[in-house]
Amino acid sequence: MKIDRRCFLSLGIGATAGTALSPLPWKLMDDISIWSQNWPWTPVPPDGEISYTDSTCTLCPGGCGITVRKIDNRVVKIEGRKNHPVNNGGICVLGLSGPQLLYGPTRVQSPMKNVNGTFQKITWNQALSEITEKLLTIRAEGRSHTVAGIAGSSRGTVPALLQRFLTAYGSPNFYCQSSIEDSFSLSHIQPQNNKTIPGFDLENADYVLSFGTGIMDGWGSPLRMIQAGNAWKTGKTKLIQVEPRLSDTAAKSDEWLPSKPGTEAILALGIAHVILLESLYDQTAINYHSEGFSTWRTAVLAHYHPDKVAEITGIDSRTIITVGREFGHAERPVAIFGRGKGNTPLSLTEMSAVHALNVLVGNVNKTGGVFTLPEPNYISWPEISLDTKAETGLQTKQIAEGGLLHRLPSAIKEAEDSVTLLFVADANPCYTLTDTKEVIRAFKKIPFKVSFSSYMDETATLSDLILPNHSYLERYEDVPVTSGLRNPLIGFTKPIVNPLFQTKHTGDVIISIARAMKGSIGSSFPWENYLQCLKNGLGQHWNPLINNDVVEIKYVPEFEDIPRFAFQIPNDKPQVLLEGNENNMNLTLIPSDSLRLSSGYIGAPPFMMKTLPDTILTDNNTIIQIHPKTAEKLGLRQGCYAILKTPKDEKKVKIHLSQGIGEDIISFPRGLGHTAYDRYLAGKGINFNELIGPVEDTFSGLDVAWGIRASLIKA
Amino acid sequence: MTQEYRKEKKYGMVIDLDKCTGCGACMVACMAENNVPFRDNETDKLKSITWMRVYQLNNGKSYPNEEICYLPRPCMHCEGHNGHSPCVTVCPAIATDYDRETGIVSQIITRCFGCRYCMGACPYHARYFNWWDPVWPDGMEKSLSPNVSPRMRGVVEKCTFCFHRYQLAYEKAASEGRRELRENEYQPSCTQACPAGAITFGDLINKNQAVYKMKKDPRAFRLLERLGTNPKIYYLSSREWVRRAGDNYHPDEETGIVKNHR
Ligand code: SF4
Ligand code: SF4
Ligand code: SF4
Repeated sequence: MKIDRRCFLSLGIGATAGTALSPLPWKLMDDISIWSQNWPWTPVPPDGEISYTDSTCTLCPGGCGITVRKIDNRVVKIEGRKNHPVNNGGICVLGLSGPQLLYGPTRVQSPMKNVNGTFQKITWNQALSEITEKLLTIRAEGRSHTVAGIAGSSRGTVPALLQRFLTAYGSPNFYCQSSIEDSFSLSHIQPQNNKTIPGFDLENADYVLSFGTGIMDGWGSPLRMIQAGNAWKTGKTKLIQVEPRLSDTAAKSDEWLPSKPGTEAILALGIAHVILLESLYDQTAINYHSEGFSTWRTAVLAHYHPDKVAEITGIDSRTIITVGREFGHAERPVAIFGRGKGNTPLSLTEMSAVHALNVLVGNVNKTGGVFTLPEPNYISWPEISLDTKAETGLQTKQIAEGGLLHRLPSAIKEAEDSVTLLFVADANPCYTLTDTKEVIRAFKKIPFKVSFSSYMDETATLSDLILPNHSYLERYEDVPVTSGLRNPLIGFTKPIVNPLFQTKHTGDVIISIARAMKGSIGSSFPWENYLQCLKNGLGQHWNPLINNDVVEIKYVPEFEDIPRFAFQIPNDKPQVLLEGNENNMNLTLIPSDSLRLSSGYIGAPPFMMKTLPDTILTDNNTIIQIHPKTAEKLGLRQGCYAILKTPKDEKKVKIHLSQGIGEDIISFPRGLGHTAYDRYLAGKGINFNELIGPVEDTFSGLDVAWGIRASLIKA
Repeated sequence: MTQEYRKEKKYGMVIDLDKCTGCGACMVACMAENNVPFRDNETDKLKSITWMRVYQLNNGKSYPNEEICYLPRPCMHCEGHNGHSPCVTVCPAIATDYDRETGIVSQIITRCFGCRYCMGACPYHARYFNWWDPVWPDGMEKSLSPNVSPRMRGVVEKCTFCFHRYQLAYEKAASEGRRELRENEYQPSCTQACPAGAITFGDLINKNQAVYKMKKDPRAFRLLERLGTNPKIYYLSSREWVRRAGDNYHPDEETGIVKNHR
């Protein structure tokens, strides 16, 4: 007879009544619990020597310092690094789950080749010679410009190596996802073809006006933002949050202005109207920092009266006037932009409308304000050499016009063979790009796709060849961090453990492919290996980085190199651009970002999934939040299912009624619906990006879709 | 063997809800420190093991006047009257105990045989039952810490204030010839991780430690204070509706009568 624990328990209860006074049952229980717990399959973690090593987290653009605890050669815990300029000891749910990524089942353990839909292990020699041959053939055919690359970032030595490779090879087709930094840069007149990055001196601000910025929800460098936000609580800094839903930031703000979705720019202009009317602006600073003020002033005064703005935004005019006055009178006010985590660029109109507030009150390049920082170009490599093939290739037009990644899928669909080979490094476009189904369709058309991913993500799964990178705990790399910091940083990762699998540093792979191709391509990569290349590229920063893992790039603006802000004359008919037909889709779908959801290219590890509340996900259902009145109109109840339809797709969702959102708005959690990764993540919920598609800003061409029209029907 | 005399401690926390942003880092910091198992579906929150869980409260008002507040809930390490914690008193196997030296309510999993009386007795839902054996995907068992034994099916587990950290800190201090720990030498994993600095941990009866003063803050309250559980977690909130949410108050009753640990 087999007695299991539960069965033992029921025996025990019956017996206890009569024998409670005797010590025997207690002794027995103890013995039996010892016996019943000797399961050989419960692991006993081996003991060993404890050590701590500092490094940098690369799992989001935040660039936090981490301290990794090891037992002998095992990573058992990642903690926030104390006194680090970004996070000072704090850490987030994703950063904490790092060991699960390192040791998890999603790691790609060796180079893999996709043979008719199944991946087969191959050796590095095979992989490298195959790819080199392909590249040589394409180049010989004079089609070098059909080789493209997508990187997760435009900064740092690895993206730079990929771009350098493409250049030397003869392709202008290097892409990465646009962000609010691009919008900011475009709203300025640049000195010499430079880029301008916003740096926020939030720690010293005394009045923060946030236009949907997820200060507590993962914007910029998430932990730095939380810490700045808490310092405001202790000091007397006021936070005003403009946002259609009660986000964690709105919940922490001193005042929540629940604007109608997409009306942020109009509200900003209404506030500007107050500042202009009451002469609360700083004319000297405006002259110094910007162009086009007087025409702009006339237009704003003519068309953005608080009463009119109130009608459109849903924020009453008294509040608009109060906020305008408070902002104008504050000593160090700052307006901050970028919805949610700030991954979606803003239209030039909105960018300009919001940043105009900063320019008006003269807080640009001042304590507590916004700094116009130059691109941190710290990599010092020798000149690249180009042969005639490269030069010809580089003269072709970029496949995606303007170098905008969101245009790549449609360009590929339009012209067969416009991309014959694609490299993807530190990015997961088949999950993170909007209109994901179309992206995947276009991706599949590319004859040969190469992923450098360490993890089996969506893009890797659809690739022809995976050349897995070491994980961030197994490699050296520079980690440039801008993310709204007052001073950009260079962080540094180093191998905490030896590579567990047959992986290779992406830097090494690119260098060895280039060198194998010889000629001018080979000679543009004069390094034996990535480490040498990194050391060479970092120059003076190498020593401090090796010793301390982080270097701050201090920047003091001087007049000559200050990019000037260009006031964008606002439309005289304020409008909100949204894809879809208002008649059959009268709801507005907006994403909700949260620090407990990873919406970037790294999927959530199991621990992170555990923190998701059951108002976001139950079983495999994504839960959307709507106002009870919206539900009433549509005949929906708490917990029921509905079909959510947008111009892009339709999905079955579960309903949660919330008083934290206005009528006719749907809030949808962003970061779920993975199809790849492991069983802890795959198949859970819906990918928001599938429901929405690119909407281009007329001025910049950037994809500025912040939401989409939608309908809900009871399922 | 004679054990040298150590001063009695009452370790506890003061959690500032005005600071907590609900980021959830404390939850994962706890899981990672204590080898907490996970399953492929963790959405049934009754079965999801989270020693530290962050609850969301709201003020019950309608849009746009709704307010939300996050409340991290570890084990309260209830002192009850003189060490009679609700869970300790009901355990037939002495698998959970009130440690008079530290004030920590321990959980000795090798003694627990899974009757779950303690779960019924705990008014804070701080205890979790292992309905299944833990399974780590191949290779991930490498990330397990040797300081905390993984649990098996059929036992109850809960927050221990990272007791192993106390032991390690104490060993270290002892090796340096000290009998008393400094305030920052022993800090639980959640406290250390919190990016908002919302959790303060220390000896509630030591006048020199931060928690001693903080627990007397006029914003302070404890959960279900009037049950007499005498919990060692104090919360701070400047919002009256949050403090009211901490217990079952009559509409005309006042909050704010906190009896402090002495
Ligand atoms: S905020 Fe970003 S960089 Fe910092 S620990 Fe979390 S994932 Fe890593
Ligand atoms: S919170 Fe629950 S488990 Fe913790 S000591 Fe109190 S009764 Fe026991
Ligand atoms: S880590 Fe801190 S801020 Fe985050 S949920 Fe826990 S207590 Fe709150």
